[in-house]
Amino acid sequence: MRGTVTPRVTGPDRPPTEPENRTMSQSYAAEEGTPAAAPVEVPHGAGDAVLSIRDLEVEFPTQLGVVRALNGVTFDVPRGKVLGIVGESGCGKSVTARAILQIIEKPGRITGGSITLRSVGGETEITGLSPDSARMRELRGREIAMIFQEPMSSLNPVYTIGAQIAEAVLIHQTRNREEAHKRAVEMLRQVGMPHPEAAAASYPHQLSGGMRQRAMIAMALSCNPTVLIADEPTTALDVTTEAQILELIRNVRDRAGMSIMFITHSMGVVAQLCEEVIVMYLGRIVERGSVDDLFYDPKHPYTRALLRSIPRIGRNRKAPLEVIEGSVPDPHTRVAGCPFHPRCPEAIPGRCDTTVPALSTAGPGHTVHCHLYQGDDETGRTEPGEDA
Amino acid sequence: MLIVVARRAVYMIVTLAVVSVLSFAIIAAPPGSALSQKISQLQSQGGEVTEAQIAALKEQYGVDESWFTQYGKWISGFWHGDFGFSFTLNEPVGSLIWSRLGLSLLLSIGALLIAWGLSIPLGVYSATHRRSLPDNVITVIQFVGVAIPEFLFALVVMTLAANYLGADVGGLFSSQYENAPWSWAKFTDLLEHLWIPLVVIAAGSTAWLTRVMRANLLDVLNNQYVQTARAKGVSERKVIWKHAVRNSLHPLVMTFGTTFPVLISGEAIVSIVLNLPTIGPLLVNSLLNKDMYVAGTILLMLSALLVIGNFVADLLLTVIDPRIRVGE
Repeated sequence: MRGTVTPRVTGPDRPPTEPENRTMSQSYAAEEGTPAAAPVEVPHGAGDAVLSIRDLEVEFPTQLGVVRALNGVTFDVPRGKVLGIVGESGCGKSVTARAILQIIEKPGRITGGSITLRSVGGETEITGLSPDSARMRELRGREIAMIFQEPMSSLNPVYTIGAQIAEAVLIHQTRNREEAHKRAVEMLRQVGMPHPEAAAASYPHQLSGGMRQRAMIAMALSCNPTVLIADEPTTALDVTTEAQILELIRNVRDRAGMSIMFITHSMGVVAQLCEEVIVMYLGRIVERGSVDDLFYDPKHPYTRALLRSIPRIGRNRKAPLEVIEGSVPDPHTRVAGCPFHPRCPEAIPGRCDTTVPALSTAGPGHTVHCHLYQGDDETGRTEPGEDA
Repeated sequence: MLIVVARRAVYMIVTLAVVSVLSFAIIAAPPGSALSQKISQLQSQGGEVTEAQIAALKEQYGVDESWFTQYGKWISGFWHGDFGFSFTLNEPVGSLIWSRLGLSLLLSIGALLIAWGLSIPLGVYSATHRRSLPDNVITVIQFVGVAIPEFLFALVVMTLAANYLGADVGGLFSSQYENAPWSWAKFTDLLEHLWIPLVVIAAGSTAWLTRVMRANLLDVLNNQYVQTARAKGVSERKVIWKHAVRNSLHPLVMTFGTTFPVLISGEAIVSIVLNLPTIGPLLVNSLLNKDMYVAGTILLMLSALLVIGNFVADLLLTVIDPRIRVGE
């Protein structure tokens, strides 16, 4: 499933004869005939994690009560790889990303846990920094950069693309405006923007959605961050543009060896892009593993249900698409036990609705939070018959 | 850009022409006017000289002809700065309105600048410290400011200023400077008198604009690009002032066009209460006395200000928002 053919990047907004593009040897943009270099395999362990999140908790005090957006989320972002985070709306994917940058919208706040960044400059404990501190601002953009979901609204309409990229460069790298502008144009060229000079001088509304997302990526990459967080960067784009942007992100990883945390709700995107995947549900991680583990040997009932609900070409057209029974519980109420148990077809009464399942290992690098796989229970339960 | 300005100028002239016809027609519609009173007054005096005067007046203003001819005679005088004659005040309209219009403009623009100067920082503070104690205090003051009638506020400020500050309220100058030639002392005396009307006129619009600014900024702060700016390491102060405030200024700039006439009409009441020689009281009196040339000229001047104000507002908008610039 991985490495499936994606459309070659020659969209209508990218003329094939663009001399500036081709001269760039270290361009991130997809070029004909450049084989994607295989990412360097690093043995997995806590040591090579560029970002370690431990028991992260985020709460939103609202008038209707406290919403616990994250309930103890623990994971590592491996160095030089793409980590996918999947889950449906409201599961805490975006909140996790914003917590890492400490830009959670008010009144949300981190109430527990730790976020550790291991960059060239050493270890930094992010939760120990005040959100408005100079050190935190230094990390944003320079160590950890972020791309947002809506390319239509994530760029400020009253400043030019070039000025907005140069702003990041001016904060982190140089005080020279001319140099910053050159860097901005250079970045636009690297992400495959046609006519980078003209693009830098144009305003966001003058560009198409795909071009704006390229500009966002150029902005995020302008200060060579250690970690790139992409929060559903292709959700608002059409499939052709999505393929181009995914290709661009793959190239970023391959050429710059950047660690990428890719948030999405599309299993298809995960299969195309990611090496490791985390599945989230209601502010908790339910399963983590390599892409192959997750697609060929999903353990958690939620993951299996997610995979079954993908429409497939070639299946019986008359058969209705499988859906997960029920809906996501109201965020103000707290579900006792496993958060998925009210919708889980395999829930064990008296157990799943009382205790939160602990972590169990399903294979090398493959972990799951589910009572079905808890040590003493493993022999009693059989694998469900249907394929995933 | 020049084409845009030229096109707008043509629109403005057409608008003003229509406004002048309409306002003249409405003012001339009811029977009787200050001019006809003047004529009947002259007739009652009798005599050969007055007969000649009456004939001259009738000829000059086209009294016995259709209102359209009267309009034509009045409007053609505009080319050489003749706006007609006030028959109640026995003075040419031109010499009556210029100084008053100047003072009205000074008060209105001054009040608008005060309103902008206060409402932007107050609105920003309110929005960024939402539901805090200072925000609630500002909100309460805003509602009072919007709700209180201007004449009442003028009276309150006058009373307070006279009783506690010992200020000489009412009028533009202290009595000793009334007819004195211009000097530094006279100028400071003018300023000492001007602050009360400025405060009174500015109060309502400041309260309103603060509210608008707060609501708008709260809206803009929810935008993704504000998060983008934070995510690239921009300091919070710069996020607010550089990225958010500029995007929330539109309605404030648009008020330049629309609050302008509102300020002038508000200023009329305040000026009557404070006894200021501005255009407002003159307009009210001329309408009461059917002094049609005075009323018509003032209405036309106010319309011109409104049209010009809107044009300036549009130009300012193109400065702060490139999307409008390109749209033209």
